[in-house]
Amino acid sequence: MKVIIDEDKCVGAGQCVLAAPDVFDQRDEDGIVVLLDALPPDALRSQVENAAALCPALAIEVVK
Amino acid sequence: MTTSQPLTGTQPTVRTCPLDAPEEYRALRAQAPVAQVTFPDGAEGWLISRYEDVKTVLADQRFSANRPTLTGGGAADGAPPVRPGWFIFMDAPEHTRFRRLLTGEFTVRRMRQLVPAVEQIVAERLDAMAGAGSPVDLVQAFALPIPSLVICELLGVPYADREEFQRNSANMLSLTADAEVVQGAWEALRQHMHRLVRAKRAEPTDDILGKLVQAGELTDEELAGVGSLLLFAGHETTANMIALGTMCLLENPDQLAALRADPALWDDAIEELLRYLTIIQYGLRRVALEDVELHGHRIKAGSLVVTALSSGNRDTEKFSDHPDQLDVARARGPHLAFGHGIHQCIGQQLARVEMRAALRALFDRFPTLRLAVPAEDVPMRHDMVIYGVHELSVAW
Repeated sequence: MKVIIDEDKCVGAGQCVLAAPDVFDQRDEDGIVVLLDALPPDALRSQVENAAALCPALAIEVVK
Repeated sequence: MTTSQPLTGTQPTVRTCPLDAPEEYRALRAQAPVAQVTFPDGAEGWLISRYEDVKTVLADQRFSANRPTLTGGGAADGAPPVRPGWFIFMDAPEHTRFRRLLTGEFTVRRMRQLVPAVEQIVAERLDAMAGAGSPVDLVQAFALPIPSLVICELLGVPYADREEFQRNSANMLSLTADAEVVQGAWEALRQHMHRLVRAKRAEPTDDILGKLVQAGELTDEELAGVGSLLLFAGHETTANMIALGTMCLLENPDQLAALRADPALWDDAIEELLRYLTIIQYGLRRVALEDVELHGHRIKAGSLVVTALSSGNRDTEKFSDHPDQLDVARARGPHLAFGHGIHQCIGQQLARVEMRAALRALFDRFPTLRLAVPAEDVPMRHDMVIYGVHELSVAW
């Protein structure tokens, strides 16, 4: 599983941080997404897919 | 099945049960998910009632948020321009410029750091309630002060100003007040914020408004608008969720008992209350910037489109397990209570912190909390853009 984020689309809602805290964080200065782990283990798949579904700005892509 | 002809009617507004969305939405979702309707203020346009369609519309930037008022016409109708700083009514890239100045103030981490301060504010209000004695109006004693105190502290607005801004906000949200009263309230809030911006320019402060002033990226008019928006959105919404959430849990004693038995459920319970109650009761308005095809209907450029968040949040296609029942143990799913798309609530992490701190402590402190009047006598906010209760008499 590979995760791709689009910082330009991100609106800093924080949904991904709640859904998958081991994979996503937010920059302190502007709240924009920080990818902690671009290749998360399969055990986190449902969390990561949930984060992508929750993202209001469609800024998270999960590649198999 | 989708009907081939658009159904003509009006937006459902009448609730059979005060805690449920209007029942007509069920038929709309099944038979006319993209319906041509007249809205309560006389505007005509399209009503979107299914969960997936609401999400689709709100994430599609061909639908513009450029609406200058909460209840009136939009840019496409030749209406006046967006009030400076009110970025919920702007599209990208203008919206982006404002939102990015603020998102760092509302991150998950920043809001978690606020938890002890919010819990302190909650504890003080509970002490005051206990001191006043049963019964009390929970709205005035608890639900309204907590988010007002918190947003005043964050923004740098004197709490002594609360009567003024709470009155102005109430008038801005009223669907029944005279147009002059509504306009007067907008103007009064703007002037209030303008005075604060000038004061913060003269004497810098370390709060959100003070920091925005120091950053020097916005004009005073824009700063006053951003401040007004955050103050307005920061207390009305959460106050109504706390009061209505309390009523909802009291009316669902089995769910309250489940929470008392397992406090670890509170996080999911807050999401479920947000879904179930969806207080942005008449939905979010957009304007089509070009012709858009949806379920075989051609939504023409310039058309008004309303996404019914409260209907989407009760859609059985998304929430398959009895969406009309409150279930605090429901697996957390993406609900629409904070909206969707680039405008999704910037303060949602703060709202979660406040709701959890307030509701949990309230039921811990008063184990015998109950409505002091029959539920059917509670004055519901049918007449306001944001649903809730006008007052909630509780006893313990």
